[in-house]
Amino acid sequence: MKRLVTGPVPAFVLRRAGATVLLLLALSLLVFALLYLAPGDVARNLLGTRNVTPEALAEIRARHHLDEPFLQQYWRWLTHAVTGDFGTSIRTGRPIGPLMLEKTGITAATAGLAFLLSVLVGVPAGVLTAVRRGRWLDRVLVTASVVGVSAPGFAVGLLLLYVFALGLGWFPIYGTGEGFFDALWHLALPAVALALGLGAFVVKLTRAAVIRELDQDYVTFARGRGLSEAATLRIVLRNAAIPIVTSLGLMVAYLFGGTVLIEVTFALPGLGSLMEESVLFKDIPVVQALTLAVALVVSATAFLVDLSYLIIDPRVRARTVRR
Amino acid sequence: MSRKSNAGRRRVPVVAILSAALLAFVAICALAQEIIAPNALEQDIYLGVVGGGVEGHLFGTDQLGRDILQLSLAGARSALAGPLVVAVGSMLIGFFLGTYAGYRGGIVDMLAGRYADLLLALPAVLLAIVVAGLVGRGYWVTVAVLIVLFSPSDVRLVRGAVIEQAPRPYIESARVLGIRPSRIMFRHIAPNIVPIVVANLLLNVAFALVALSSLSYLGLGVPPGAPDWGRQLADGRQLLGDNPLAAVVPGVLIILTATAVNLLGDWLSDLLDRRVVAR
Repeated sequence: MKRLVTGPVPAFVLRRAGATVLLLLALSLLVFALLYLAPGDVARNLLGTRNVTPEALAEIRARHHLDEPFLQQYWRWLTHAVTGDFGTSIRTGRPIGPLMLEKTGITAATAGLAFLLSVLVGVPAGVLTAVRRGRWLDRVLVTASVVGVSAPGFAVGLLLLYVFALGLGWFPIYGTGEGFFDALWHLALPAVALALGLGAFVVKLTRAAVIRELDQDYVTFARGRGLSEAATLRIVLRNAAIPIVTSLGLMVAYLFGGTVLIEVTFALPGLGSLMEESVLFKDIPVVQALTLAVALVVSATAFLVDLSYLIIDPRVRARTVRR
Repeated sequence: MSRKSNAGRRRVPVVAILSAALLAFVAICALAQEIIAPNALEQDIYLGVVGGGVEGHLFGTDQLGRDILQLSLAGARSALAGPLVVAVGSMLIGFFLGTYAGYRGGIVDMLAGRYADLLLALPAVLLAIVVAGLVGRGYWVTVAVLIVLFSPSDVRLVRGAVIEQAPRPYIESARVLGIRPSRIMFRHIAPNIVPIVVANLLLNVAFALVALSSLSYLGLGVPPGAPDWGRQLADGRQLLGDNPLAAVVPGVLIILTATAVNLLGDWLSDLLDRRVVAR
């Protein structure tokens, strides 16, 4: 650990941070260009359903500096965005920052719950299938995980809604609930629908990682030395953790993609619903802000995952230092 | 007894057979839509939405009085056509760009890599929703958007496979013989990466089916009123109380079809994997 504070490792961190910032800059340019993606006049699109008068158009053009060169507009938008000022929503007329902030809670709670569920169920199930490779339990769970990976969250969500909310009446149909436990009860079905695909992915990933480690020579050697099966498995799991942690970035991205459809299905007023409404309404400033926020979270996760190698895997640490 | 005598030959697993049978059925529905579901779009406004079991409507009707069974069978076409085009299209881009980038390297490789970095930094489904929503709402526009969004991972896959082949002796000897690079790429390397490409094609179809029906579910894929499972689910969501089958039937069909494609893809990639190793 002492080596962490010497030269090469901070250089590695800086290099990765620099690459992440560059990627985010490129992404932000792409996101800003979304404004010009919608067919028709940008000013008219920004005006939304309000009356199209020459004065209103001129006012919009002046407020959004649409007569300036593209890069100047982009720079203005970006420098404002960094301070949290994303402009105002066309549809609601409200500033976008606070609008997004008040909807973050529901999305974060649902996604967090789904993430916990998929890891807490997926990792043990994956280890179990790997240890029992080829047996009937393995085959059943592997096939089930293919169903889970394939099934779209909204279809699963509707089926869950029909069976558990409408049919059996165990869960509420819509709404978010008040207080912690009520909210948990209301978010249970959406979280399960979101977690199914992710959990199945975790099962497949864990199974592949553990099987790869079980086939290594060190396992044969550990068994040969007379280590107990439990002790061997402990070494295997530590090594198998690396690819699982690596795909954390992928999992966060998956959650963001899925949450739009899940929130629409369960009528949850979170960021996903906001995205859907804004896209359908062509409320482009909100779409830009949301896309940029997702890009930021996904890239930040990827960056943190890269850093976590240094701590988890001594081999990576050694390699970076040597380079 | 018969099991023992067959032990030498590898049997096709039951799951793969079932998947293939289901997909064959869906494909027949898609091809012969006019014969199998001739009245799919016939509306009976006076009847409105009714539950399953009514005479002439095994699974009931939707809010426009359309027969759920026929509508669901007719939805097979948009469930297969678009995803197939997306998978083949993105694989063609991946195959040519990936092979070139992997073998020649240089500026093309650099640009392809950055392009992949950029698109893979955002969830594909989210990007598809944003772009398809802002650009327009046609089915084929959505398909084109998905081809662009799916291609980076295919480029990466093919590029990696080509880089793995390039230093092997058979390529080196081809180079020593003075064979043109384009011929080396597409006559010598290409046949060796085809197994990976084919297996990945099916996985792409399944992913595209989910993505396209997600977009239709949000009202961004097919035009309103067209037979499509995603759109049926969106309509069915409002009808859960009156006729739950309006959502359950297309929902189960999407899940089963996507699962069948994935299972078949997994089986195929295992099979091809073993054949490559055996060679």
